[in-house]
Amino acid sequence: MSEPLLEIRGLSKRFPIHSGLSRRVTGEVRAIDGVDLTIMRGETLGLVGESGCGKSTTGRAILRAIEPTEGEILFHDRAGTVDVAKLGRDELKRVRRRMQMVFQDPYASLNPRMNVEALIAEPLICLEHLTHRQRRDRVVELLELVGLNASYLLRYPHTFSGGQRQRIGIARALALEPDFVVCDEAVSALDVSVQAQVLNLLSDIQERLGTTYLFISHDLGVIEHQCDRVAVMYLGRIVEFAETEALLRTPKMPYVEALLSAVPEPDPHVRRERVAIRGEVADPANRPSGCPFHPRCPYAQEVCKSTVPALRQVEGASGAHLAACHFAEALSLRGVA
Amino acid sequence: MTPGPIISIRGLEVGALSRHGMLRPLRGIDLDLPHAATTGLVGESGCGKSMTARALLNITPSPMRITAGSITLDDGKTPPVDLAALDPDGAPMRAIRGRRLAMIFQEPMTAFSPVHTIGNQIAEMLLIHEKLDKRAARERSIEMLDLVGMPNARQRFDAHPFNLSGGMRQRAMIAMALACKPEVLVADEPTTALDVTIQAQILELLQRLQQELGMTVLLITHDLGVVARTTSRVAVMYLGQVVEETTTESLFDNPKHPYTQGLLGSVPRLGSRRGRRERLPAMRGSVPPALAELPGCAFHPRCPKAVAGLCDVVKPRMAEVAPGHRARCLLYPEVLAASAALEAA
Repeated sequence: MSEPLLEIRGLSKRFPIHSGLSRRVTGEVRAIDGVDLTIMRGETLGLVGESGCGKSTTGRAILRAIEPTEGEILFHDRAGTVDVAKLGRDELKRVRRRMQMVFQDPYASLNPRMNVEALIAEPLICLEHLTHRQRRDRVVELLELVGLNASYLLRYPHTFSGGQRQRIGIARALALEPDFVVCDEAVSALDVSVQAQVLNLLSDIQERLGTTYLFISHDLGVIEHQCDRVAVMYLGRIVEFAETEALLRTPKMPYVEALLSAVPEPDPHVRRERVAIRGEVADPANRPSGCPFHPRCPYAQEVCKSTVPALRQVEGASGAHLAACHFAEALSLRGVA
Repeated sequence: MTPGPIISIRGLEVGALSRHGMLRPLRGIDLDLPHAATTGLVGESGCGKSMTARALLNITPSPMRITAGSITLDDGKTPPVDLAALDPDGAPMRAIRGRRLAMIFQEPMTAFSPVHTIGNQIAEMLLIHEKLDKRAARERSIEMLDLVGMPNARQRFDAHPFNLSGGMRQRAMIAMALACKPEVLVADEPTTALDVTIQAQILELLQRLQQELGMTVLLITHDLGVVARTTSRVAVMYLGQVVEETTTESLFDNPKHPYTQGLLGSVPRLGSRRGRRERLPAMRGSVPPALAELPGCAFHPRCPKAVAGLCDVVKPRMAEVAPGHRARCLLYPEVLAASAALEAA
């Protein structure tokens, strides 16, 4: 693999909990808690987990769409390395050209009062100095890149289907030719037939422009298809990180095993034997001691209740395979067949 | 055990006149629900699967109403009733709804009243339908909450919906739907809003209850994995019509309609070992709006196998294309024969 594009170290985001009349701070939600992640240039890195695990917060914190509480976000630009977390307003604006985002809900993320031309041109107006003519040419070029054409320029978002809106969202994100795009559940709101079109589009764009994606999704089938490497999050932490194939075939963390076994197989002859896990995702405001997964883990031992397992290389694994489990080597967990 | 299906829907149409013309979300549904089995209804958004569920309970959202067809409820013991002919607000329909037919919805947060406790909402069903007194209704509600695996059922009786997590709310919803031991349960995307690990728990619960209570279930979903896991028969819908209907095995092993084939092909399956960088076989276009009036087969503009001069002209009929396997596609001679006969008539 090539060189790293982004190195994220110890990224955390804590939200205060206010209560009472005085709005005193009475606690905090650790939405993300010390995330380390290295994203290579030109790869698609998947970020999976259940609702509330902090995957969207991670994506947003990397772009500083929300301010991280602590941590480093080293961005290796052509011009050199910058820590995105420490940039001031003007410098941040410059870096934002290189980092963009595609949102989940194509109905909520496009201003209904702007037509397609204005929507796609907006980032160009903000950050590029182009003549009107150049700008329109660029918008048409972008529309064609995402499989639409110039006849759509003057139409408004409400006249488009969900799949077409998502294409407009992608065109907007690509307008400045970013190196890095965060796709936050970018296909989750779409029907399967349209979802496949958008996934193919994202792959085509990557092939042509060498874009790096952070692909956030809860759908493991989509993740398998789209990603080179996958990180699984649980309660604000990364609990397993490996190449897609290795993570799916030979998971090293019991939560990942349970997650994989819970996915219903679209084949009536295959009954995947489910690893039963008890209960539900814990509350990030009230996280369990020790391993965050231990109250639900079928393999939990005494040590799991007291000691937080570090995310570390699993010994004996082929290639880089990180897991946060005291028994990553000892357990032989089931992956997908 | 009754010989016939407990529900049989024939030529069901639902529509409303709008500013832009006639909206027709359902365009002639034929569907049988076999007794004490789970039937799946699949399709993409806007195909009319939720509207079918609502029509079945006679709760089509205004101004939509049933404009043609019949829905026969026949348990083999009491005289059959045509639900489509009943007044949606009349006493006969209200006596059936909730008692013999019940429904669980996708988003339990909006389906429950936020200002009443879940216990009282379940007990209300029993007070109305079973004429129980308050104490007995409370006890039965707690039993129901216990049955659906709600921990501390007795305490949770007094919980409000916002006190519960999504999975627990969905359990409470199931407890409410099953309170009067309905013969038919309609589950409209019951797990779509839930995480996979919770989804698996709820699906197992539904399957267990279906078997224990001998219920007939209509499971509506867009997730083919959920269908494969829980149903014995499946109907696939497209633009307000059933386009394929057969056993679950047969549908997945041998899909006949090009739309079903496309749908099955475009799902990225976990463990498919489809190489990274390989393109997904995507269908072109997207589902047309409920206003669309297409000549010929509704799927022909998106169909990779469409034959010009045939598929864009002749309206296909449903016909048996293999034993126990019905489809609505003109590429099968059985369908062509049935459809041509209709055109001639």
